[in-house]
Amino acid sequence: MTMHTTPLDDLVACPQCDTLHLARDLPVNARAHCQQCGIVLMTSQPAAMAQVLSLALTAFIMMIAAVSFPFLTLNAGGLRNATSVIDAVLAFNDGYAFPLAVAVAFFIVVIPLVRLSALIYALGPLVREQRPRQGARRALALAERLRPWSMAEIFIVGVTVALIKVAGLATVTIGPAFWAFAGVVVITVLKDQLICRYSIWEALDRAKA
Amino acid sequence: MQSRDVDSLQKVWAWLIAGMIAYIPANIYPMLLTSTLTERSESTIIGGVVELFAYGSWGIAAIVFAASVLIPVGKFVAIVYLATSVQRRSAVNRHGRHKAYEVVEFIGRWSMIDVFVVAILSALVQLDTIATINPGIAAVSFALSVIFTMLSAQAFDSRLIWDADRTQQ
Repeated sequence: MTMHTTPLDDLVACPQCDTLHLARDLPVNARAHCQQCGIVLMTSQPAAMAQVLSLALTAFIMMIAAVSFPFLTLNAGGLRNATSVIDAVLAFNDGYAFPLAVAVAFFIVVIPLVRLSALIYALGPLVREQRPRQGARRALALAERLRPWSMAEIFIVGVTVALIKVAGLATVTIGPAFWAFAGVVVITVLKDQLICRYSIWEALDRAKA
Repeated sequence: MQSRDVDSLQKVWAWLIAGMIAYIPANIYPMLLTSTLTERSESTIIGGVVELFAYGSWGIAAIVFAASVLIPVGKFVAIVYLATSVQRRSAVNRHGRHKAYEVVEFIGRWSMIDVFVVAILSALVQLDTIATINPGIAAVSFALSVIFTMLSAQAFDSRLIWDADRTQQ
């Protein structure tokens, strides 16, 4: 019996269903899908990595702005109440709900920031074509694992619903942090579309060799 | 690549049942405690949707209803279906089931909308005597229910769907 063996490095396993594919160099701006379940396996966009890095840096800075500036201000009957993102987190800060305050803080601020820092940490040296930092692989894997738990975009939709609920009761002014937060959401979506996990891992492999 | 998680289904069922249990108080107890000059009121998840509908904000009412009722219940049903079909080693409609799994994993997080609405409202509407809004206990159990079902979906090893024919051969 003869066995055809392809070098392991040339095989890609689909992350959803484990079907093995032969990795080829893709033409520019092409996408490769899994034959069994159809998810995108790799895309090829030169310069995408530098774009992903710059978007991640932008999102990081805007997130800091979103946390520090006033988010929304409420005016009703001569009274005024300004709210920041931190206040929204602390809304659950009484007694039994305290763990929820912690969870909300993680979902909308901490986890998005951790994911962005991990990405910046891992991609920084690659873009400058230097040796990858120690633990770059673990940082990328962490960013990937945390992905479903990063809920900034859901928070922004929640804010919109809340604004409409309050609209009849009082006037609400939107602060700079609101726009910064919305910016983070848009940039994160752009970043996630550009990112190609396969080429990042490959670049890490090449840099190591 | 990772080896198959043999306990995958047990974890799926455990988290799923925890999520379903937490969903019951989330619907019974109040989500929001509103007090104004003249009255105090409590509203549940469904109460909030009805209120929005009565104001005429149908679109928003629909979003909240989808996020807090349709998505969680749909997710319970979908996970039960996926887990039982894998247990029965069914080979029927695997592409469909795979799509269902992706949808469940992607959409489940959106149920958190209502929890964030409660957080924003209770932070924003704190005008001493005129009007205050505070979170109710249902917000906590609803958030727990969403977190538990997300863990349940993540515990599900989607490759088990495709394994049916490997074991049948």
